[in-house]
Amino acid sequence: MYPEDFHFTKDHEWAQIKGETVTVGITDFAQKQLGDVVYVELPKVGTQLEFHQSIGVVESVKAVSDIYSPLSGEVVAVNEELNNSPELINQDPHGKGWIIRLKIKDETEVEKLMSASEYEKFIEGIED
Amino acid sequence: MIREPLIFELSAKGKSAFSLPKLEVPEKKEILRNIPLRAEIEGFPRVSEVEIVRHFTRLSQTNHCVDIGFYPLGSCTMKYNPKINEKVASFSEFTSSHPFAPQDIIQGNLQILKRTEELLAEITGMDAFTLQPSAGAQGELIGMMIVRAFHEEKGNPRKIILIPDSAHGTNPSSAHLSGYKVKEIKSNEEGTIDVNDLSQNMTEEVAALMITNPNTLGVFEADIMKIAQIVHSKGGFIYMDGANMNALTGICRPGDMDVDVIHLNLHKTFSTPHGGGGPGSGPVGVKKNLEPYLPFPVIDIKKEEYFLNFDRPKSIGRVRSFFGNHSVIIKALAYILSLGSEGLKEISEIAVLNSNYIRKSLENDYYLKYKTPTLHECVFSDKFQKEHGIQNIDIAKRLIDFNLHPPTMSFPLIVHGALMIEPTETESKRDLDLFIKAMKQISKEAKENPEILKSAPKTAHVRRLDETTAARNPVLRWTPPSGKDKQD
Amino acid sequence: MRYISLSDKDKKEMMAKVGIDSLKRLFSSIPEELKLKKSLRIPPPFSEQELLRYFDSIRSQIKYSEYLSFYGGGAYNHFIPYTVDYLSSRGEFLTPYTPYQPEVSQGTLQVIFEYQTLICQLTGMDIANASLYDGASGAAEAVLMAHRIKGRSKVLIARTLHPQYREVIRTYVKNVAITTEEVAYSPTGEIDFQDLEEKIDKETSAVVCQSPNFMGVIENLEKISELARSHHALFILVVTEPISLGLLEAPGKLGADVVTGEAQSFGIPLSFGGPYLGFLACSKDLLRQLPGRIAGQTSDVEGRRGFVLTLSTREQHIRRERATSNICTNQAWCALRATIFLETLGREGMREVAWHNIQKANYALEKLVQINGVKRRLKGSFFNEFVLELSKEWSRVEGILRQKKIIGGISLEEFYPELKNCALFCFTEVHKKQDIDRFVKCLEEALE
Repeated sequence: MYPEDFHFTKDHEWAQIKGETVTVGITDFAQKQLGDVVYVELPKVGTQLEFHQSIGVVESVKAVSDIYSPLSGEVVAVNEELNNSPELINQDPHGKGWIIRLKIKDETEVEKLMSASEYEKFIEGIED
Repeated sequence: MIREPLIFELSAKGKSAFSLPKLEVPEKKEILRNIPLRAEIEGFPRVSEVEIVRHFTRLSQTNHCVDIGFYPLGSCTMKYNPKINEKVASFSEFTSSHPFAPQDIIQGNLQILKRTEELLAEITGMDAFTLQPSAGAQGELIGMMIVRAFHEEKGNPRKIILIPDSAHGTNPSSAHLSGYKVKEIKSNEEGTIDVNDLSQNMTEEVAALMITNPNTLGVFEADIMKIAQIVHSKGGFIYMDGANMNALTGICRPGDMDVDVIHLNLHKTFSTPHGGGGPGSGPVGVKKNLEPYLPFPVIDIKKEEYFLNFDRPKSIGRVRSFFGNHSVIIKALAYILSLGSEGLKEISEIAVLNSNYIRKSLENDYYLKYKTPTLHECVFSDKFQKEHGIQNIDIAKRLIDFNLHPPTMSFPLIVHGALMIEPTETESKRDLDLFIKAMKQISKEAKENPEILKSAPKTAHVRRLDETTAARNPVLRWTPPSGKDKQD
Repeated sequence: MRYISLSDKDKKEMMAKVGIDSLKRLFSSIPEELKLKKSLRIPPPFSEQELLRYFDSIRSQIKYSEYLSFYGGGAYNHFIPYTVDYLSSRGEFLTPYTPYQPEVSQGTLQVIFEYQTLICQLTGMDIANASLYDGASGAAEAVLMAHRIKGRSKVLIARTLHPQYREVIRTYVKNVAITTEEVAYSPTGEIDFQDLEEKIDKETSAVVCQSPNFMGVIENLEKISELARSHHALFILVVTEPISLGLLEAPGKLGADVVTGEAQSFGIPLSFGGPYLGFLACSKDLLRQLPGRIAGQTSDVEGRRGFVLTLSTREQHIRRERATSNICTNQAWCALRATIFLETLGREGMREVAWHNIQKANYALEKLVQINGVKRRLKGSFFNEFVLELSKEWSRVEGILRQKKIIGGISLEEFYPELKNCALFCFTEVHKKQDIDRFVKCLEEALE
């Protein structure tokens, strides 16, 4: 259900690594919890992020959630489409709803993340 | 049902609702020569007085209100608003006093403020009060500033405020506004403050603990003396959010529980009307050692005359224009005097009885996360109903079809899908039973006919509103349709 | 007690259901040692008649209405059409809760939406919130807003901003990383542009000034906004007497980024200082930083228009410590009164009332400066307030006027020590010609 080539954080971000860059978004579980997304606060291109630093915020009607960077790096792209269509995060959270792309600083940080099967176990265990 | 247009949609040239006497003084046409003036206020309405009265009367009829039925809103204490209090507050001597008037001719206004301070101090066991804050949130901010001022004078303002994870959102936001970082304290399985977690987190960098008692689950923090001792031992203060005071009046007093600073909500415990969102009043009470830091002016008395004392060198400063929400304070004073000490005790007793009656009646129909005894409010969740795809919002919207206002939803955060119910003491058994009956039926419908919940409400003035579009594409004012503009 | 609705039978049945034999048991979760052992020292309950007698004796100690008064200074005596009291006292407006459940609160929400629109129309701004506590907290919130938006640490505040508002701003910014610097005023009473130009720099997040200012003088808004803009700072305008907007050009058209202030003039009685009505309006790009509640238009599942509170994620109940403000309960019922007031006055009425104010103030000034010993101080253009300098000490003059049953102006020396023997006087549409003539005569007598 969750893409095999993705890595996951405890805060429900996903990271898809392709060479030196990683694409980041929030998971299907997260978007379901949030409800209809109405606004996304995006960082500027060029921002330096540390592991678990706040990237920005995803707002729904009734909730707001910080997005934390799964890895350290420099922001090389942000998904401008989200400015006009924040609902992409609900409709296609693992694809068109991507949030930022980072140039990775330290590959070894990937070891701190969960695999798809580990993440699925993790969300099962979350009390409802 | 008459659908009421916006006033701008009724507006047309030639109509007016105002009247003014003749000018009387010689008119000077050439006025304000070098100042940019406007030709007219574009879009401003022109309607008759008849249209105004009908417009607002019809609009009012689409509101639920306490005068119609109850609001079982946890933490809001939506009790009956006594009418004699409205009468008293509307006396022209009170409404026409200008705040800059010489103090000797408005002594009655100062007397009202001083008397209210005294009564609130007696009810809460605190030493001094300020009636300046316009609402609970402003009271919290002022309370935090007072704490900070004390610590600053000692040489270290400290950095952190401890707040339980069950706290109302105004708590952390007020702490933040006073320059503190917030550290959350966990709740234990009973829903109360985890004293070990508190102990571990209480350091000399913590300025205060903000506590609500009873807490937002309606549970009394029985460890309060131990909690106070832990915080005081490291030089910190206990701030109490007094929003739930309705459970304690005449039973026990925060001041006797080692609370150092407290705010009250006059528009909750003290019956002043909520007005659709204010005005309220959030008086702050302190113990003697914090009294010097109260905002100025303070009301003092010298030789039987009241006066405004601005000579307060340690004060945190001014927190609002003038002195306080005067007419709200008058209503609260009238309320306290109408109740007397027996009446105040009766409030808590009946408020707690009413709430426990609801709790007992619904405990098999809805999930109670915490089994601990509760006082004036209780928190259920939608856990049982979730099994059928129903959430707390569906339950809430369906209650509207029974002409009942939903309880507080999704708060406190430690209960997922929360339904916080506080009936208050003014409700009759008949109204409580209507609510219980409706809730039981809804629980049944969740199993047998969930669609009816999902499509609720059906009978209200409007059906479920699209809040997502409202947030994605905000339309926050009326604009004239293109082409119409100045003509109307 | 008449506010409790349980019969003896009800209580018995309910206690049985809960499983207790006495009400005391309800409090068994409270440790015994914490419970009150004796009654509170509060007088026995007052019946309605006793309550009325009590308040009658208190109000007999208020002599304010025996005097003719000319006070302004952030609280204004305007005529309130009776529709305001009549309609706002309806239980459906006075006793509902905050409109979190929009389906049963359309009345409240539509009123807020109309109120927001009216404020936007008056100020010429794009968006307005549903109210703040008062003008002072509005000014403070606007300063915090500018800091969040610009990320800069300095705010320049005109010295002619209401003294209480400046004090409140100081209290609010004390604990966040904002420093305030005051800008002097010129001999006309307007902001000193030279001082402003010297002080504004790239650390400035906003310039805050009031117009008409505390001295009653109207500022040159275009010039101030140009200067602010050239330094990428926000121009925050504070208006304490918004009746002036019936005549003066909309600040939004003159370059203001945020317009905030006190709407007490719109149908809210003087009430010894509160509750009043703070308003805040801004340009649409500042929307996400706007504090307070906002009502928005939407539709229901059947396509009908309706209104909801929206953009709640800015607020404390969701954003908690990162909220734009901690405000929760605001001044909704006061905003309702203002809405009825503004709609009753309407497009022509607003202008007429403003016209009466300025004409009466002009007439008063012309007559007053003819008195020997009276000079106008700070001669900039004014709306309904101005400063007079007297040849005698104001406190003495004030005492003599008191004996003639006249009170007001406001002594300026306590706020501006350089303005000795100066006082601020306000004239509105409620003053009759004969009131003004009597005042002129009495002042003349007092200065002989």
